[in-house]
Amino acid sequence: MNWSIIIESTLEAMVTKNAVVFALAAIGLNIHYGYTGLLNFGQAGFMAAGAYGTGIAITQWGWTIGPAAVFGIVLSVLLAFFLGLPTLRLRADYLAIVTIAAAEIIRRIVKSTQYSEVTGGSGGLNGIGRGFYDNNPIDSGLDLGIVSFSERELWFMVVGWGVVVLCMVLTYLLVRSPWGRVLKAIREDEDAVRSLGKNVTWYKMQSLILGGAFGALGGIMLTLEQQSVQPDQFFTPTTFFAFTALILGGAGRVFGPVVGSMLFWGIIQFTDVSLRQAIANDYIPTWLMDGVQAGQVRFIIAGGLLAALMIFRQQGLFGNKREVALDDH
Amino acid sequence: MTTDAFDQVEPRPGSPKRDTILSVDGLVRRFGGITAVDVDHLEIQANAITGLIGPNGAGKTTFFNLITGFDEVTAGTFQFKGEPLEGVPAYKVARKGLVRTFQLTKALSKLSVIENMKLGAVGQTGENPFKALVRPLWGSQEREIEARADELLKRFKLYEKRDDYAGELSGGQRKLLEMARALMADPEVICLDEPMAGVNPALTQSLLQHVKELKDEGLTVVFVEHDMDVVRDISDWVVVMAEGSIIAEGTHASIGKNQAVIDAYLGTAHEIDLGTIELDPEKH
Ligand SMILES: Nc1ncnc2c1ncn2[C@@H]1O[C@H](COP(=O)(O)OP(=O)(O)O)[C@@H](O)[C@H]1O
Ligand SMILES: [Mg+2]
Repeated sequence: MNWSIIIESTLEAMVTKNAVVFALAAIGLNIHYGYTGLLNFGQAGFMAAGAYGTGIAITQWGWTIGPAAVFGIVLSVLLAFFLGLPTLRLRADYLAIVTIAAAEIIRRIVKSTQYSEVTGGSGGLNGIGRGFYDNNPIDSGLDLGIVSFSERELWFMVVGWGVVVLCMVLTYLLVRSPWGRVLKAIREDEDAVRSLGKNVTWYKMQSLILGGAFGALGGIMLTLEQQSVQPDQFFTPTTFFAFTALILGGAGRVFGPVVGSMLFWGIIQFTDVSLRQAIANDYIPTWLMDGVQAGQVRFIIAGGLLAALMIFRQQGLFGNKREVALDDH
Repeated sequence: MTTDAFDQVEPRPGSPKRDTILSVDGLVRRFGGITAVDVDHLEIQANAITGLIGPNGAGKTTFFNLITGFDEVTAGTFQFKGEPLEGVPAYKVARKGLVRTFQLTKALSKLSVIENMKLGAVGQTGENPFKALVRPLWGSQEREIEARADELLKRFKLYEKRDDYAGELSGGQRKLLEMARALMADPEVICLDEPMAGVNPALTQSLLQHVKELKDEGLTVVFVEHDMDVVRDISDWVVVMAEGSIIAEGTHASIGKNQAVIDAYLGTAHEIDLGTIELDPEKH
């Protein structure tokens, strides 16, 4: 077993692309689910709106990154209206059903050959935002001994985590305000909030928009990092990875989704590399599992860990035990 | 204004009041085959305490749901201060000054008691998501709201619990919190659905006192209550519902003599201890 490779790649996974992208997606879900109690099972759709909005504006219309990213966010806001208007008046489960379907519809539309001239079909869009790395002011990599990063990776990390921190600050400011109080109250009992003269449906819409925009930012960061985007990156499990990150870190906590995302990708990478190492070193016989299967098994193990967490620490790592205990009432 | 607001009022269902703040006409609500509410005409006197009584399933809660916009009428109209309210969403009804509490308490468990209270205040600058980001815009208003909330919490004997989660309160304390929170919304009319249910008897007396004070402060109180001692103690006027309709109206004394009321309670009598209905008004 090559432990230095295992540790290096685990640490790297905790701070690079996926950790950033899913931190943003989970921050969005935290606004929806953690603070407002909305079940958005289509966060991947919001991420796709951000990613494809940006990608199309850059590759098709020659926009620069800034305006293109704004366009991606505007698309996610429109999506929130489109999904929220018919469903937010209804019970919570309607939003869940509509969002999960909508995200899948979006993925299939951008994947279809019908619109491939604009969306690139199943191949997706390439050559997005070369300017992102062209503008990289960092001119040398960083070697920390156990783990090292190229200047490209560093640049993405600076921008990506910068955006994450900005979103966390925004979340912090909002949830401690009277606005945040209304959201948390809606999470507990929306009729009580209505009886006090608050337009609950409109607040839920605001929550859906804000959390969706955070998700779109995740999609945008994904696109910039890869300089490309593929439709299948927004399949249904993407939403559930973000949910897993949120639950792992602790819903309803500002740090929860961020730490959760880092841990989630750390665990996934750790199990993946460890299994491969074990197979390569014949600790695991190939009749039991081969290298390809290890890619699947890591999710099984991650799921098991999550189940264990829910049994022994229901509130997630950052959650408040006292609050969770109140659910029994 | 005292009980003499009712001096000239006939004790019969649908009788006109001197200053009507709330009136309903032909109000019907059906659930499938069940007619939960069917009220020809009812007027509520302003700045008075009206008790709404009736056996379980009489339609009292549904009536509250209808007039506060939490349920949609099958037929009928109703006015608050002369303004039609049918189809007006619940939050707008509340903003107009018609605020209700719930029979099944809706304390917001994972909010602290003081946060529950502060939520009740209307017109909060910080409830706008953009202004929320800038604390100086709403900080001083928040402090005023908090001071008012603390005041009310002291009155309702909940001040010691202000930083506890609402979910950690007893059932009776949650009732109190819900009532205090409703008062934060500056109501003109407050509809209390069984406010005393589950409240510690030691606290009931002071709570009754608070309700009377609300009237002195100019509020109109409509409340559903099963305990006839409470009804007798605080209501200026009593409205009796049975099977969705108003079967009697009057002062507590006249209600006790009303044959229709006695029949209604005898007909369904289970939840209500008949002994507490004052069948003999001379007793008091
Ligand atoms: N949402 C509902 N669906 C079906 N029936 C209902 C509903 N709400 C109330 N009812 C029925 O309407 C009648 C009146 O109920 P309710 O207003 O709760 O009475 P009360 O508050 O006087 O005890 C009852 O027969 C009840 O079963
Ligand atoms: Mg009732």
